[in-house]
Amino acid sequence: MATTTAPPQTKSRSLLSRPTALDGFKGYLATTDHKKIGIMYFWSVLVFFFFGGVASWVIRAQLAVAENTLVNEEIYNQAFTLHGLTMIFLVVMPLGAAFFNYLIPLQIGARDVAFPRLNAFSFWTFLFGGLFLYSSLFFQAVPNGGWFGYAPLSTQIPGNNMAFYAVGLQIVGIASLSAAVNFITTILNMRAPGMEFMRMPVFIWMSLITNFLLLFALPIIAAALFMLNGDVVFGTQFFQPATGGDPILWQHLFWLFGHPEVYIMILPAMGIVSEVMPTFSRKPLFGYTAMVFAGVAIGFIGFGVWAHHMFTSAVGPIGRVAFGMTTMFIAVPTGIKIFNWVFTMWGGKVRFTPAMLFSVGFVSMFTIGGLSGVTHAIVPHDAQQTDTYWVVAHFHYVLFGGALFGLVSGIYYWFPKVTGKLLDETLGKWHFWTWLIGFNLTFGPMHMSGLLGQPRRTAVLPAELGPDVVLYNRLSTAGVAVLTISALIFLSNLITSLRSGEASGDDPWDARTLEWMTPSPTPYVNFHEIPTVTARDEFWERKYAEAEDGVVRPVPAGASQDHGDPAPVGDTATVEGTGNANAVPDDIAVTEDVALAKVTSDDHGGNPDAAGDAEHHIHMPDPSYWPLISCVGFIPLGYGLAFASPTLIALGALWLLIGMFGWILEPVAEGDDDYDPDVVHA
Amino acid sequence: MRRIPSRTSRQRRTARGIGLAVMTLVLAGCSGEQTMLEPKGPFAQDPDTLFKYVLIVAAVVFVFVQGLIIFTSWRFRRKDGDTDIPEQVHGNTVLEIIWTVVPLAILVAIAIPTVRQVIALAEEPDGAMVVEVIGHRWWWEYRYPDSGIITANELVIPVGTPIRLEMRAEESGAPDRGVLHSFWVPALAGKQDVIPGRVSTLNMQADVPGRFLGQCAEYCGLSHANMRNRAVALEPDDFDAWVAAQQQPSEVAATFAQLSPEELEAGVIPEGVPEDVGRGYYVYNQSNCVACHAQMTTAPVASAEDFQARQGPNLTHLLSRKEFAGAIFDLYERADPDDPNADFTDEVNVDLLTAWVNNAPSLKAMRPENGVGMPSFEQGATENTTGAIQGGLAPEDLDNLVAYLLTME
Repeated sequence: MATTTAPPQTKSRSLLSRPTALDGFKGYLATTDHKKIGIMYFWSVLVFFFFGGVASWVIRAQLAVAENTLVNEEIYNQAFTLHGLTMIFLVVMPLGAAFFNYLIPLQIGARDVAFPRLNAFSFWTFLFGGLFLYSSLFFQAVPNGGWFGYAPLSTQIPGNNMAFYAVGLQIVGIASLSAAVNFITTILNMRAPGMEFMRMPVFIWMSLITNFLLLFALPIIAAALFMLNGDVVFGTQFFQPATGGDPILWQHLFWLFGHPEVYIMILPAMGIVSEVMPTFSRKPLFGYTAMVFAGVAIGFIGFGVWAHHMFTSAVGPIGRVAFGMTTMFIAVPTGIKIFNWVFTMWGGKVRFTPAMLFSVGFVSMFTIGGLSGVTHAIVPHDAQQTDTYWVVAHFHYVLFGGALFGLVSGIYYWFPKVTGKLLDETLGKWHFWTWLIGFNLTFGPMHMSGLLGQPRRTAVLPAELGPDVVLYNRLSTAGVAVLTISALIFLSNLITSLRSGEASGDDPWDARTLEWMTPSPTPYVNFHEIPTVTARDEFWERKYAEAEDGVVRPVPAGASQDHGDPAPVGDTATVEGTGNANAVPDDIAVTEDVALAKVTSDDHGGNPDAAGDAEHHIHMPDPSYWPLISCVGFIPLGYGLAFASPTLIALGALWLLIGMFGWILEPVAEGDDDYDPDVVHA
Repeated sequence: MRRIPSRTSRQRRTARGIGLAVMTLVLAGCSGEQTMLEPKGPFAQDPDTLFKYVLIVAAVVFVFVQGLIIFTSWRFRRKDGDTDIPEQVHGNTVLEIIWTVVPLAILVAIAIPTVRQVIALAEEPDGAMVVEVIGHRWWWEYRYPDSGIITANELVIPVGTPIRLEMRAEESGAPDRGVLHSFWVPALAGKQDVIPGRVSTLNMQADVPGRFLGQCAEYCGLSHANMRNRAVALEPDDFDAWVAAQQQPSEVAATFAQLSPEELEAGVIPEGVPEDVGRGYYVYNQSNCVACHAQMTTAPVASAEDFQARQGPNLTHLLSRKEFAGAIFDLYERADPDDPNADFTDEVNVDLLTAWVNNAPSLKAMRPENGVGMPSFEQGATENTTGAIQGGLAPEDLDNLVAYLLTME
């Protein structure tokens, strides 16, 4: 991580003065830097992943033996609810957000996101939402109604368990919603000059689609959660049939959010894989346009398949037919993506780094999940499979074999960009193979135990299901042990590589996209000058030229003006060996880190003229405590809503209001408006 | 009896032939008593045939795609020291069209029989026998409107007759209380959720006699795992005999029904009824058992209304059922105690039944304090028990009560 120091500022402290610390603990608390926020997302996710994993140990330990009494029903029900909530809302979604944060500005050639303080607000809200959910442990009220919280059961469980569910998800949802607004605005408005839509990296495309899905899906669950909150805590009757409410209403609202949510989790991983595969195959992504439009198609159709979660609920034959068809045909764009990934490797020179292994693993495992997904569209037989372990197997192949493999691939791929160090490749390969074996050992047998009639969410594995079902469950439990070892290998790799990893250099993979033009670790300003984009794989095009005979040769360093590269400033063009015309030599990078260019300019917007001399005016967002301060209001507000305390609700609302006023009234940092980096450089 | 037309019989046979070959390979050696792979009636058979057909298609796609991934990875791996840059291929429109159209065609081929079957399965079969299914936390109740029978846990049906299940969720007799459940006997049909406040339907039929396992498949809270159900298919003659028996009260209950209110008030035990059974009768009727567990005492059978607002299963013919407590406990001993699916003997599991009556929440997770489930009647453990008599049941009362329960044949 870049260590950065603020330039000396006028010291006039007042309540509303802007914080200036950019490093250390305070630097993180006040940061508006998309990279630091991304890193904080990452570490928070690792912690939540541990807790989600503990919940899965409880589940698998209980099911290792038929008619087991290791934990009672209540504990088991809490464990599978918490496992689902954690892995979905506190692991896969925020891990996607970690990548959005770190990479979107870098890949589109921007210096930060559109709303940096809102970005910080999103992170702190997510963290407080997650901690709020987990604070239910101290109230002995861990949610126990399933991650899907079906009414009317969820409204009838005694205690505050499902109140924590309704309020906790609400808070986490606010985080995702505000982040979605931010990323959409960033992608639409802050691309570097020349980066047309069809030149955007596929990860950016998938991020854009994901965030539109979030923007449209989250308000639905927000409304549903408010209704549930009302029914659980305040005696409203939205889902109570006895008083004219409708329990099926919850299911429609939940899955109208819940199925797009599935694509919210998988699309970022698809974007990552679409970046990793071309790089390590040394070929462009096969069928870029098809990939983009397949992603868009998935986004659209993803909103039209929700009732396939309800085939055995209250959907009549016409609805069953309609949603069965949409569920089938969403497989088409997914298939397009799979073939394009494979043909990206075809004819390439594929280097199997851990990142590439995880990406290939993604394609392979996700295919299995996709195929079992099609069987859900066989509506008559879905009535057999649904709510059995067949479904558990399916969605773990999609979310673990899919989303998580893709996200882990991204960690291996971009770790050098974030830290300047390489993750150990041998440990990485050990991690991959144990992960692949453990994963298949855990979830492969679930296909069989499901077909043999084992239902989901049952605290007891009935002995009468037969010895084969018991055997398959035992294999699954053994698989979790392998996965645990694998996760420890990964963790040790992360820690040792952070401390003493091999220096990576700026472009260790010979990559293709803009973020690799920056030094590693990425400096505070991201780009010393905003690159002008002329091609899809801009960085690759700057490094290599394709001759008429189809042979590709490296471009000599500094000779890439034929790609419309603006004349490099000063000595930045003399980077040796890498062909990286825009990278800044180390000594300058260091100077810059100290100098920390804080200059005003509107050059984010993509004014091509700005690329040259306007680089002297780099405007970076100022740190601020207000996002964090505002978020603290969610704590009293949340407990007030969960425990029906008007006092706490009023306190939280007031706190949020004060936070917003502070936010709005906060001045920009003093004295830096006319900051000129040349002065510092000299 | 009626089959659901999905494809012509010849196609069906071919598909099933290939299906069997592949499934034998894939599922070799797999067996399970609650399996969805061995349908025993048309409403399970047709979806199964369709599923296995799709599974074959999926297997072909699986082998092709995984083979392609492995081949490509191996064939195009970068060798050490190879720094050449491969040709920069950006795509191929013909290939894109192929891998859009071919999967589309495969899916259409799957969609057509699916749609036809969805429509066919929803229709009410001709000559169907209606059974009402009611999901409670955490047990299933069945009512036979044509014969007035009310029973629990084990759905008894005749072989070869289509059954139309009309299902709902209830609690304490209130039709719009309760939570979601899902009724499922995989050998006979797919599952269908039951929903408080509305009626959902499901067709099923058994082509062979047998005892088929099932389990509630929609999460219904604390004891969801302990809400199991059975379907018992009887030959038509046996079924008729079962109906006739169910329509009569048990012998002891009928004897007591002869007594005058004054005699009942005085605690008289009729001639021929053993002392402990007779005392048990009074315990049953004076210790709140009857508040939740209806018992039929006179023929003709009670109408469903008589059983309204009862929280527990009808115990009139308790001993006609092989399992109890949401079918998680064996009421009768098994021939092989180590095999949970062994045949039942005639030996009643008296100790388990006694323990259950004494303190049910210690054997099955329930929330009697919230009105869900059976309270404990154990002496000194009555603080949290709604409906339990003060101080619990004395040991001899418990034994007498069980002696009486054992007459409910």
